[in-house]
Amino acid sequence: MTLFWLLALVTIPSALTVVLHRNPVYSALALVLTLFQVAIMFVALDAYLIAFLQVIVYAGAIVVLILFAIMLLSLEPEEPSADRSTLRAWGWGMAALLGIELGAIAMVEAPSVGAGELPADFGSVADVAEELFSTHLLPFELTSILLLVAVVGAVVLARRRT
Amino acid sequence: MELLFTFGKVVFAFIIILQLTLILLWVERKGSALIQDRVGANRANLVGGILPFNLGIVNTWMADPLKLFHKEDIVPEAADKFLHWLAPWIAIFPLFVTFAVIPFGDILVVGEQVVNLQAAELNLGILYILAMLSLAVYGVVVGGWASNSRYSFLGGVRGSAQMVSYEIAMGLALVSVVLTYGTLDFQEIARAQGELMFGFLPAWGVFYQPIALLILFIAGMAESKRAPFDLPEAESELIAGFYTEYSGSKQSVFMMADFVEVAIVAGLVTTLFFGGWQVPYLYREGFVFPGGFEIALPSLLVTILQVVSFLVKLFIFCWLQILVRWSLPRLRYDQLMDLGWKRLLPFGLVNVAVTAVLVLLLEGKTIP
Repeated sequence: MTLFWLLALVTIPSALTVVLHRNPVYSALALVLTLFQVAIMFVALDAYLIAFLQVIVYAGAIVVLILFAIMLLSLEPEEPSADRSTLRAWGWGMAALLGIELGAIAMVEAPSVGAGELPADFGSVADVAEELFSTHLLPFELTSILLLVAVVGAVVLARRRT
Repeated sequence: MELLFTFGKVVFAFIIILQLTLILLWVERKGSALIQDRVGANRANLVGGILPFNLGIVNTWMADPLKLFHKEDIVPEAADKFLHWLAPWIAIFPLFVTFAVIPFGDILVVGEQVVNLQAAELNLGILYILAMLSLAVYGVVVGGWASNSRYSFLGGVRGSAQMVSYEIAMGLALVSVVLTYGTLDFQEIARAQGELMFGFLPAWGVFYQPIALLILFIAGMAESKRAPFDLPEAESELIAGFYTEYSGSKQSVFMMADFVEVAIVAGLVTTLFFGGWQVPYLYREGFVFPGGFEIALPSLLVTILQVVSFLVKLFIFCWLQILVRWSLPRLRYDQLMDLGWKRLLPFGLVNVAVTAVLVLLLEGKTIP
């Protein structure tokens, strides 16, 4: 539990930086830090595989591409524009909704988890793979087809423009 | 006591990597001179040359780092000061911690204690390596962007595209190795290579996965951004690419990151394909040759021989990379992308598929 709060001490400011910083490059880098912190939280929960996948896929690949796009478009730091009242209203509305949701979750008594003993091979690669390729085979294959379609679609769209 | 051993292991692995980078710096100077028929670094001596041999290695070992860390640190006016400062450290941190999972020996028996000679005993070592190497991209990208110079920026963009592309080929090579040995733990992979094939040939990964070895070695060299893959820092077109605007200690940190990456690639190749710390026919009790001839050795000597064997192999593969660097010209950018996406990737995929079928045919067991 101490570890959780210590991690939160870094995670929350970096997550806020992602949203609040005016420079998109800083936002992207703060996102890397946030994802890394979440990965450490997974390690603290004995979910090593998920932690490593989090770093490889999100911190190591996706954010690199985000950063790549930001740099190629050379986005300048945002200037606060005058006409933002509608956006601001939406923002506050969403924040209030999130607050209500979180409050509701906190009100409901959480089922006690984590106190029990974990099976020895919990979260091991073999364990996760077995689940993924037997019980959840159909969603797995559907997801991979979805990703393939997205990739092919992106290539087709990019080709057409040139 | 246990804590002391853990600390010792970590320090030892760290010393290997730090010393290796400095020695490689010298080897590269002298080695490139050898390849290009020059004399190379030959001016280091004491008091105007009273020694009959030159002190080149001492110079690169001690004087050079001192010099580099005392040079003036110039930060461009237009740079993003904070990220400009941070980038070299982002570049080198993931590389330093990567080396921790590569085992440098089997076990060390001290009295009752049995120490596993691997700085970080992680049973998901291969995933850990992929995770950390994928973070190493940020140093290049951030360094190139924060310098606020066109040359640096182009270098950074090239670097990120190159590293992301070759990571996939590298991952595929690692997948086929994992399929062969059925584990993600480097120490277990190294141990599995201690057996014999046909009664005489050491069961090293190179005999099971020659294609994976080639893919991993090429992709690894591309990840380390050295010639012939040095487009991110191509000096004839980009001055020094992503570290054009760096000087003094920060520049030397970037330079060091390159050498650490060379050492990591060598470590991966050694551990996955050349038996890691294994010495052929050497077991815990001593040598047992195929003919039935045996030499008994004390446990401590066996451990020392294994660590030395690891270091020798590590050095050989570092040297091989230096040799390639000074022998081949730089690839063109389209050739670089072709090699990554049209050669290494399909070969890697086919290799994974063939390995999977073979593993399945051999009664679903792992090969050794």
